[in-house]
Amino acid sequence: MRAIDPHIHMVSRTTDDYLKLTISGIHTVAEPAFWAGFDRSSANAFRDYFHQLTVVEPARAARFGVKHYCWIGLNSKESEDLALAEEVLAFLPEYLDRPNVLGIGEVGLNKNSRNEIAVLEKHLEIAVARNELILIHTPHLEDKLKGTRIIMDMIRSEPRIDPARVLIDHAEEHTIGEIKDNGFWFGLTLYPNSKGSPERAIDAVETFGTERLCINSSADWSVSDPLSILKCANEMRRRGHPDDAVDQVFFRNPSRFLGQCPKFQAA
Amino acid sequence: MSAPYTPMDALTILDTYFIENRSRILDIAAFLDRIDRNPDAETAKADYRYQAFLRIIEILQENRGDRTKAIQIALSDPTTQPLESALGLKAWGAWKGDNHAGN
Repeated sequence: MRAIDPHIHMVSRTTDDYLKLTISGIHTVAEPAFWAGFDRSSANAFRDYFHQLTVVEPARAARFGVKHYCWIGLNSKESEDLALAEEVLAFLPEYLDRPNVLGIGEVGLNKNSRNEIAVLEKHLEIAVARNELILIHTPHLEDKLKGTRIIMDMIRSEPRIDPARVLIDHAEEHTIGEIKDNGFWFGLTLYPNSKGSPERAIDAVETFGTERLCINSSADWSVSDPLSILKCANEMRRRGHPDDAVDQVFFRNPSRFLGQCPKFQAA
Repeated sequence: MSAPYTPMDALTILDTYFIENRSRILDIAAFLDRIDRNPDAETAKADYRYQAFLRIIEILQENRGDRTKAIQIALSDPTTQPLESALGLKAWGAWKGDNHAGN
């Protein structure tokens, strides 16, 4: 089968993982900028990271026949330090024109604090000014419902942002309905311990339909699985869904959302 | 051309998923037993996360089609105002209560 992983942190993965992706049919990936597992010590560390995402990682992926795209943004976990955020946001647009950059992401909220909201507002301003696609990170666990609602209110209050050009990621059973009702795309993340399972993801497909949905591994430096989207596709097939519906969810949907950026072309 | 989708019937769902979910329930029972066996069990039982766990186990027993959503909501922060600061805070999996500046 063919599949796209629209959210995977390949800088944290090995070349063995690239090999697994490519021989399993995942030939296109998109990597959002995210938290490294520790707070970076300076704005220059973000310059290095954005260079890695836009120069080093696509070259590493190409050695394995994988097309690598990315998103650029300051993650919400490092948004509490407003002085650092201002520095990063000042040079962040320099990277948006690079050939593998799809838009602003993953940006959003972590603990739903005032500073996180202020930094998200600035990201949205940049996105509006440049008509960029937006990939939203929603908070974890008990903070997700409140944060998702705050984020949606912020975006809906900016009429120049088309919800069809925004994907709200890490959605779960209690947030999917509201996200869809507001016209956004939503993402489901498959994490072995702390987020969704393949079974729950396909439950969501059966409950909410196959439209405006992308399923991702978000595989990174923690407990995660770069092949999880294929295991999820297998769960969908096991339940009797036709191959065409599986292809829509795991290939055509991410192609359609990411393809709103003219730089994107699935392998 | 793919064959049309025919959903699993309820008995097939039971057949397919019973054993793995039996195992999950046993893991939950073992988790609670592990706390019970500990001499300091009462401290853990007083914790807001343990109390939340007991509440969501009750939801499991309700005869409804949206237990997953109900459990997610039961564990969520129901407030609407932003936190003044997120410094030093992280998510723990259950909401501690409105008298705390986040968990």
